[in-house]
Amino acid sequence: MNMMSEAAVEKALDQKMNDSSYKMIGKDVSVYYGEKRALFDVNLNVRENTVTALIGPSGCGKSTFLRCLNRMNDTIENCRVTGRITLDADDIYDQNIDVVELRARVGMVFQKPNPFPKSIYENISYGPRIHGLARNKADMDQIVEASLQRAGLWTEVKDRLHESGTGLSGGQQQRLCIARAVAVSPEVILMDEPCSALDPIATAKVEELIHELRANYTIVIVTHSMQQAARVSQRTAMFHLGQLVEENDTDKMFTNPDDQRTQDYIMGRFG
Amino acid sequence: MASTHILSAYDDELKYLSRRISEMGGLAEQMCADAVRALVNSDSALAQKVISDDVILDHAEREIQDKAIVTIARRQPMAADLREIVGTLRIAADLERVGDLGKNTAKRVIAVQGTGVPRKLARGIEHLSDLALVQLKEVLDVYASRSAEKAEAIRIRDEEIDAMYTSLFRELLTYMMEDPRNITTCTHLLFCAKNIERIGDHATNIAETIYYMTTGAQPEGERPKDDTSNTLGAITE
Repeated sequence: MNMMSEAAVEKALDQKMNDSSYKMIGKDVSVYYGEKRALFDVNLNVRENTVTALIGPSGCGKSTFLRCLNRMNDTIENCRVTGRITLDADDIYDQNIDVVELRARVGMVFQKPNPFPKSIYENISYGPRIHGLARNKADMDQIVEASLQRAGLWTEVKDRLHESGTGLSGGQQQRLCIARAVAVSPEVILMDEPCSALDPIATAKVEELIHELRANYTIVIVTHSMQQAARVSQRTAMFHLGQLVEENDTDKMFTNPDDQRTQDYIMGRFG
Repeated sequence: MASTHILSAYDDELKYLSRRISEMGGLAEQMCADAVRALVNSDSALAQKVISDDVILDHAEREIQDKAIVTIARRQPMAADLREIVGTLRIAADLERVGDLGKNTAKRVIAVQGTGVPRKLARGIEHLSDLALVQLKEVLDVYASRSAEKAEAIRIRDEEIDAMYTSLFRELLTYMMEDPRNITTCTHLLFCAKNIERIGDHATNIAETIYYMTTGAQPEGERPKDDTSNTLGAITE
């Protein structure tokens, strides 16, 4: 086994982040809800093995952009997306793309933990089953265990896998949802304010998890907490009134941002 | 800095810090001026006042520290606010050191009282102290205006003080060589001169901090130096 120190792993990841081409590319992305335009020609690229945080005041378009990345906006009536978004080289709005398969490659975790009203085991096994990822029970057991391990939940629930997922605490439920997203081996995980319903301890656990998941996945997170964006992300994008104001290294963004609007927003000032 | 925070109490906390820094600056400046005056006039009462003022200055630094720590914990400052508060801590530490240097100079007043300070040397010390105090006063004004340009200008001017210090150093050496009875007084004056020269260095530090607070970048290039006293007298001509 090749044992690398934590610092070495971080360094390798940062290297990979800088070297790698973009995992997802958004070019001139605009979104309309009926007549109302919610996003204006956003050009934002998502780097591989990187946590990208989207920040900005309510209604700025950050969640709208996030939902474009796995075509969740398709489910909203009257919603129209223009521009081009690619995952690796595939145009995800191409007619031939299978949306179900796309959402397996680009998973999502929501603001409120939303486990299925089923057992912990079934919560995880559902996705792999419909995507045909397990050949037999042993395979499935393995996927369930690995997913729960990845989500840091295994030791807490291994003795009660067949109890209901909704019986877990809020923080555990959210990690169960992350385990469920991870179970179908996605490439990208989208998180829409995943900690806003959690207490600080549960939040810290989810943030630690995000930090670890970065090694294997590309993560895009929408958050209202600037401190959270500063803690978990390597890149930060600031939205305002449907426009991408600034995208930068997180360290730069929170110490010396380029744009005055970013500055005013993160410092809690009136613009 | 035109806009204000949504939380007005946050603005109050930042204003408090900046007001306390200005107060500390005023006191430190006063102490140094008094110390040099006490030295050239052999005024031990004034020297005593400088020594007791240092307690107030130390106390102010600790208060600023405590308040800054509380503000960081409470507000989790970002960007310019964060730089502002960290800068405040650094400037408070520099000013506290300036006060110490003034106090140290004041303590030497008693030691040189017996012989008094020769007129010519007193003028040299006064001149050096004028330069350093102007530097300190101006950097405090720049702190109030937060001008990166002016901060940069002050940083460059430290060279003059260094040159003046080197020349005073040379002069003191000459006095000691002339008459060994001068050695006690001259050694004390040497320390006083060094103290004053250091005040200029702290003013330069403060200028650099203000530059960083305002721009988010460190000032470029080495700071100019003209203090060659460390090699002086190595070879007797």
